Amino acid sequence: MSWPVLAEVTTPANLMAARTQMALSLGWHIIIACFGVGMPAITVFAEWRALRTGDETYRLLAHRWAKAMGVLFAVGAVSGTILSFEMGVLWPGLMETYGQVIGLPFTLEGFAFFIEAIFLGIYLYAWDRLPPKTHLLTGIPVCVAGVASAFFVVCANAWMNQPRGFDLENGIVTEVEPWAAMFNPATPPQTVHMILAAFLVAGFGMASVYAVAILRGRNDRYHRLGFAIPFTVAAVLTPVQIGVGDWAAHFLATNQPVKLAAIEGLYETSQGVPLRIGGFYSDGEMHYALEIPNLLSLLAHWDPNATVLGLAEVPPDQRPPVNIVHWAFQIMVAMGFALLALGAWALIVRWRRKRLPESRWFYRCAAFSGLASVLALEAGWVTTEVGRQPWIVWGVMRVEDAVTPVPGLVAGLAVVTGVYVLLTVATVAVLRRLAKAPLPLAPQEAETGDTERGEP
Amino acid sequence: MTLADWLIGLMWVALTAYVVLGGADFGAGVWDLVAGGARRGARQRELIEDSIGPVWEANHVWLIFVIVLCWTGFPAVFASVSSTMYIPLTLAALGIIARGASFAFRKASTQLGHRRLYGAAFAGSSVLTPFFLGTVAGGIASGRVPRGLAEGDLVTSWWNPTSALAGVLAVVVSAYLAAVFLCADARRAGSVELTGAFRRRALGSGFAAGAVALGGIVVLRYDAPFLFSGLTTVALPVVVLSAVAGLVSLALLARGHFAVARVPAAVAVGALLWAWAVAQYPLLLPPDTAIDDVSARPEVLAVTLGVSAVGAVLLVPSLVWLFVLFQRPARE
Ligand code: HDD
Ligand code: HEM
Ligand code: HEM
Repeated sequence: MSWPVLAEVTTPANLMAARTQMALSLGWHIIIACFGVGMPAITVFAEWRALRTGDETYRLLAHRWAKAMGVLFAVGAVSGTILSFEMGVLWPGLMETYGQVIGLPFTLEGFAFFIEAIFLGIYLYAWDRLPPKTHLLTGIPVCVAGVASAFFVVCANAWMNQPRGFDLENGIVTEVEPWAAMFNPATPPQTVHMILAAFLVAGFGMASVYAVAILRGRNDRYHRLGFAIPFTVAAVLTPVQIGVGDWAAHFLATNQPVKLAAIEGLYETSQGVPLRIGGFYSDGEMHYALEIPNLLSLLAHWDPNATVLGLAEVPPDQRPPVNIVHWAFQIMVAMGFALLALGAWALIVRWRRKRLPESRWFYRCAAFSGLASVLALEAGWVTTEVGRQPWIVWGVMRVEDAVTPVPGLVAGLAVVTGVYVLLTVATVAVLRRLAKAPLPLAPQEAETGDTERGEP
Repeated sequence: MTLADWLIGLMWVALTAYVVLGGADFGAGVWDLVAGGARRGARQRELIEDSIGPVWEANHVWLIFVIVLCWTGFPAVFASVSSTMYIPLTLAALGIIARGASFAFRKASTQLGHRRLYGAAFAGSSVLTPFFLGTVAGGIASGRVPRGLAEGDLVTSWWNPTSALAGVLAVVVSAYLAAVFLCADARRAGSVELTGAFRRRALGSGFAAGAVALGGIVVLRYDAPFLFSGLTTVALPVVVLSAVAGLVSLALLARGHFAVARVPAAVAVGALLWAWAVAQYPLLLPPDTAIDDVSARPEVLAVTLGVSAVGAVLLVPSLVWLFVLFQRPARE
């Protein structure tokens, strides 16, 4: 085996470069992937309303969203392909030993991608080749496959947190139970949390575009509907997401206590632990944090006096970097509650006045809701992935044993970063152009004259 | 046949699909590159856009499927190849980003300047990506990727005569497939001029592909004697099949049977891959790593084959529908 060589060649700078490159490409892909999961459902809904009611505005919206989806799917597919290359190019040590253990969810994901790509091709290009009802139906496999691919790939990630389904002898895998590896204990909370996150990001993200348009005075029916549909989806799911986040935290308390300890900056195992908000961790202590007595014990174990394990349970070289994880978690939770408040605002106005809010402050906040949900998403992943350090497979394989021994990863990182910068600039520019393109005049709106320009 | 043989067979079927279908999409990009100035090339580019727009993503998934099957079924091979081939794989990955993204961006853009920029990125990366993927194949086939993490030379493993041959062959063959496929599309679009243009190109690139493949035999004789002896003995029938199918496709093109010509063209290209496979069977990483030395546990192979069989039931009809749908004229 090549382990000794490996440890010799990989420098800390190379390891850091590999981790950064992985984080960059994943963090990029995940944003686009969220739209791939959430947007088809929202678009198909609009198309369905158009068919049911014959309302031209819905049809225009569905067409616009389909156009944007075409661009987003293309960059989603290519950025995902890079990830599958990187699994080997950067982490051959992981794949050599465990590729076969996590192969099943990835194989299933392959089929989900096929279905998604095939039906997306049909959905986007066959408006004039299929009867309207059939066309609508071709959108459904796209929605299902999108959710399925998120599920499968997060199963693989959950396995890295809760490795199951294999026996190891002298570093060699001797027995594999692929289904047990796929359906490991972390699978339920992580997959549900991620799929909901995808709908939040897609919903709030789409809604922000229309919130900006409304703030700029384009307050017509087209833009109000374009705002209301995705916003409602996301706002309804936000409280559910917070509940699931709580489930995820409970899960950590029993299954990955070190990660939870890093999230909370808890050094000594203790009873009746307070919840710490903000603050800065050094030398085994949280400084300047706001403490709410007994709350962590209560949240983690439903008992205000419960014992919560601390970082001191494991040797120092097995502890994740506390400040990053602690702050990432705080940011996610803060964004979660901010979005909850925004949704509640809209709901109360709707319930009292039977219409959308009119306050400019509401739309100002809504314009930021897309960013806020992306921030929560990224922060959540940083919590999960950095909180797993120094393990790539929790408790089983360390990152330095997984990374490639190849030199020059820093240069690779520089090139890849440059490409992602370009890709980001171009994607944003193209989407903005799409959003600003003039709308084709719809018959019944031409009379009221309230459509000039639209958003995607 | 062992389970591992079945899985490598499945992988090879998927790879063939990628080379034929995905290859044609890359080849379309090659023709986009040489289509001429913005005005002169506009109609060709439009045809290319219409032909590959609905299908390229599905065709691209074959690559991902091959990669995933490789790390599931032959994890040590995946780790060895991707660590030794760090450089060409990274370049191919960047090419894939540039190709897919710029194709979609060009479609969504209206300004000439933007379209030119994205078009150039699309076309340029359509040449580079198959080239680098080809160099990887050439490196493996000529026995330059030993088992183990980055055990092979990081540069000469893919920068060598066989790799160069395979890289060039990948580009030429892609261009040939694309031209053949586009002939029929051009005729359906009702353009005599474009049909003629792509027919000339298909014939030209067909002859070029044949010439590269023949000339390549000389290269292999000196640079990869092991592969050479396999190709000229056990794999000889497959090599002959490829050559005959290639000639048949050219004859059909010359007589204007464009739709039918697609079949022998695909066979000619696919057979090249299978000839390679037959020539080096049962080795996976020549000169000494055999399939059974590096395959995953049998329970993993069984599950992978099982879910693939079930997946195929969903996949095949969907794919057929996709291709048939866009070969029919649109409804008015
Ligand atoms: C829009 C996105 C979003 C929002 C509003 C929230 N989360 Fe989250 N969270 C994620 C998006 C996310 C994520 C990006 O999707 C993660 C990363 C890995 C995962 O499975 O989900 C995640 C991970 C994650 C984890 C770590 C799971 C693990 O490592 O296994 C915990 C404990 C929470 N979340 C808890 C919460 C709580 C208590 C929230 C309440 C406010 C919350 N999340 C809101
Ligand atoms: C579900 C699929 C995912 C898989 C299979 C996965 C896998 C990996 C792997 C193999 C590494 C490198 C080893 C390591 O540093 O532990 C890594 C690191 C990392 N990933 Fe993920 N990841 C996934 C999702 C994400 C997403 C969506 C993000 C978004 C931000 C993310 C953020 C990171 C970060 C920040 C690191 C670096 C951690 C560090 O080095 O401290 N991951 N991931
Ligand atoms: C939580 C993390 C992830 C989620 C939710 C996710 C979801 C998705 C979705 C929905 C797509 C479809 C394309 C699109 O919607 O734009 C996609 C594409 C893709 N993803 Fe991810 N992904 C994640 C992480 C990963 C990781 C870690 C890998 C590889 C190791 C990966 C590999 C791919 C590939 C190869 C594609 C392209 C498929 C195609 O060509 O259609 N993804 N992903």
